[in-house]
Amino acid sequence: MTVSDLKQSASDSPKHKINWARIEEADDFAKTVKLYRQGKYDEDSFRRYRLQHGAYGTRMTSDYAMVRIKLPAGEIYPHQIEKLSQLSEQYSIGSAHITTRESIQLHWVILEDVSEILRGLADVGMTSREACGNSVRNVMCSPMTGVCPNEEFDSTPYARATAKFFLRNPMSQNLPRKFKFTFTCCEKHGMVRIVDVGLIPQIREIDGTTQKGFKIFLGGGLGNRSFVGHQLEDFTPEEDLLYTSIAVVKIFDRLGDRKNLARNRMRYLVNDMGWEKFQNLVLKERAVVRATQSVITQLDVDHTPDEIKHPIRVSDESGSGSPDGYARWLKTNTETQKQSDYRTAYITLEAGDITSSQLQALADIIRDFSAEGKARAGFVQNIALRYVHEDDLPRLYSKLLEIGLAKSGALTMTAPIGCSGTTSCNLALTNSHRLAKEIQRKFLELKLDEDDDLRDASIKISGCPNSCGQHGIATIGFFGGGARVGKDMYANYQMLLGGRSDGDAMLGQICHRVPAKRVIPVILKIIELFKEHKKPDDTLKSWIHRVATNAEDSEIKTLNDVKKAIDPLTIPPTKEEDPDFYLDYGSDTSYHTKTGKGECAA
Amino acid sequence: MCCLTGSGNITTDVDSLRSEIRDKSVRVIDVRREDDYKKDHISTAVNLPLANLLSDDSPERVVKLVNSMGIDDETRVVVYDDTFGALASRVAWTLEYLGHSDVSLLETTYSNWKSLGLESDSQTPDIQSKEHSVKLQSDILATSDYLESAKERDDVVLIDNRERLNFLEQHIPGAISLPYRTLASNDKILRPKEDMKRLLDNRGVTGDAEIITYCGSVGTLSGLAYYALKTAGLPNAKLYVRSFKEWKNLQKPTAKQEDANYWDLSAE
Repeated sequence: MTVSDLKQSASDSPKHKINWARIEEADDFAKTVKLYRQGKYDEDSFRRYRLQHGAYGTRMTSDYAMVRIKLPAGEIYPHQIEKLSQLSEQYSIGSAHITTRESIQLHWVILEDVSEILRGLADVGMTSREACGNSVRNVMCSPMTGVCPNEEFDSTPYARATAKFFLRNPMSQNLPRKFKFTFTCCEKHGMVRIVDVGLIPQIREIDGTTQKGFKIFLGGGLGNRSFVGHQLEDFTPEEDLLYTSIAVVKIFDRLGDRKNLARNRMRYLVNDMGWEKFQNLVLKERAVVRATQSVITQLDVDHTPDEIKHPIRVSDESGSGSPDGYARWLKTNTETQKQSDYRTAYITLEAGDITSSQLQALADIIRDFSAEGKARAGFVQNIALRYVHEDDLPRLYSKLLEIGLAKSGALTMTAPIGCSGTTSCNLALTNSHRLAKEIQRKFLELKLDEDDDLRDASIKISGCPNSCGQHGIATIGFFGGGARVGKDMYANYQMLLGGRSDGDAMLGQICHRVPAKRVIPVILKIIELFKEHKKPDDTLKSWIHRVATNAEDSEIKTLNDVKKAIDPLTIPPTKEEDPDFYLDYGSDTSYHTKTGKGECAA
Repeated sequence: MCCLTGSGNITTDVDSLRSEIRDKSVRVIDVRREDDYKKDHISTAVNLPLANLLSDDSPERVVKLVNSMGIDDETRVVVYDDTFGALASRVAWTLEYLGHSDVSLLETTYSNWKSLGLESDSQTPDIQSKEHSVKLQSDILATSDYLESAKERDDVVLIDNRERLNFLEQHIPGAISLPYRTLASNDKILRPKEDMKRLLDNRGVTGDAEIITYCGSVGTLSGLAYYALKTAGLPNAKLYVRSFKEWKNLQKPTAKQEDANYWDLSAE
């Protein structure tokens, strides 16, 4: 029997349940761009409007935009992926970029074509509305929610309902600054302490009945200055979820700093006010919200379970043995689910980039292999295919291999995050995007993904201090800047160690400055130090954690000891000795820092 | 003036072509490679591989090729390919340039024709040679010299149909980018008229402009764009048939999007 005999037809596979789009926004956008080009719309109002509709500015030009498409709760369906494939070919660069916040970006889009993209998105129920600007951004959900063995219940329906509530809600159209919600499955998969509102599902026994609710963290976030969030209370019952969310958004709206654009995220408000005061304010505001909201204001939580069907045996049993590289991929790219016989398979991309033809092929792969018939964006610029039957994994691997999406190491340190950097961002100082790709290529070549000691560590890179690459929560994090020897400049990174986003969330501590072209040797040196000094049960993550918290007792006790050990690698050669040192990755002309105006705070 | 300025005949739908084939009132040209053609092709089609045409596309040679395919001034011609219409467009444009007025593109590709289960066979038809006149339509051709002076005019729009990254890297100064993928829709080689009009209208490309299209080397992608413009009711289009390859060889000025590493965003 061949695969095609058994394949579900495209029309059988599930379609999106929620239509996030409004087609009239496409027409309106086209009209507004025309008025703007005719000078009938001032620069600032237009920028606000553009950002509200998910179109961000592009490096050194006003002719192009980046369109950020939200995937609420991270969910995406095959027909939506096919549409993105088409749109990326037609209006972008033939590739799309998956972000760290479960969105998909199309870069280098001509501003006049943005409305055509909005129109295409509306065909498949997707939106870029409020993906940028001072609004409630994409509501995220751990890619493992619903399948994570450690979770208490599936928070996906709550993430969807929260997204639905705030999208186009007048309350969230003109906040002092952007505002982010993240739902997760469990402490280990984390990410809830580094966001404005982070939520972990919890079940409590109250008076003999079980009650669903959340652990809610407030006031965290990564940026020019990063903070770890605080837990609001022991347990927030589910019926208080919306009231709490509204209360926090309202307080931020009222008290957030609208003048000082550099420090107007809610985390600064929390920090300036002090947690206890902020906490009291939230609890009081919530009581008011609860008392004054009509009963109609409820989260529209749809508990209808997704249909899980495994009608197709994709793999034939005859079995010609596992394809080359399968064992490595299985180990480093898949996780078991709480549902027996199923696994979640991660597709790791290079810094989140995927071609339009890969997207096209991926849509069919999801139809053929995921028993839930859809996919999720992950936390690290990746894609998760859930509900893949154990028996189908070798065949899935082969299929992914055919389209270049079977890179191993998805769940390991060899899959670094790189923000878009100088490939498209106005604020970037370095090509962090390409650096992430270079590290991944090198580390996979060295097979570091197979090293269990390195598995739970992470590398994350931003092209400037603003943390889009999430360097603050990486085991080894970097943010870009420039440095010079005499009149010659080179790309340089500040290295931070010991960041993490799980239950013991903490921000990385500054260790040393590392030139771009020395980042790879420096990481390898740190691995070498670790191997030399580790205790039997140590992973790189646990060892660095001890060093960064001054709890290590070996020869390398502090970050300063690490600094000393890597220092020789960071000394710039002369331009005559090594001209390549003075070129950033992806560039053949001498390095200089050049930035335009950022739009985050517009 | 040829009839292609009317928007109705730029493409031919599948059913019209089938009935024209039944009536023996059409010459169908398959522009795929000879091997592919020999395997199977739309019934009654003759083969003119694009590479064969491009090896020498001087009017003297083209008219011989046209004669040998049994096409005279009155013959209705439909061209198809399996490359989203770009190769077929280049052949259709060449006929048009020669002065042939009645030439259309099949609205879909050969693969799609086959997947619809429509008539195809592997027979090579017997062709009686005919005599075609030569009345060169120079108003649909842009040469590099013409382009160089025309592009300075306000009422001229220059369109680059290569992919976006190639455009960013290097293009003819003043050109706007309209990647060839933008021209098609699902299983049709060209978007519906209203769709194409809206897209161009958003870009400020309107009916009164003279529009010149170009692509990488031989005028295929830009040939398709030439026909896309006509579908949208923009009659005044010219093809810079020697395209960017010649422009660069002549060392004429080019422009580039500076200070950004856009290539590194590509997953290729």
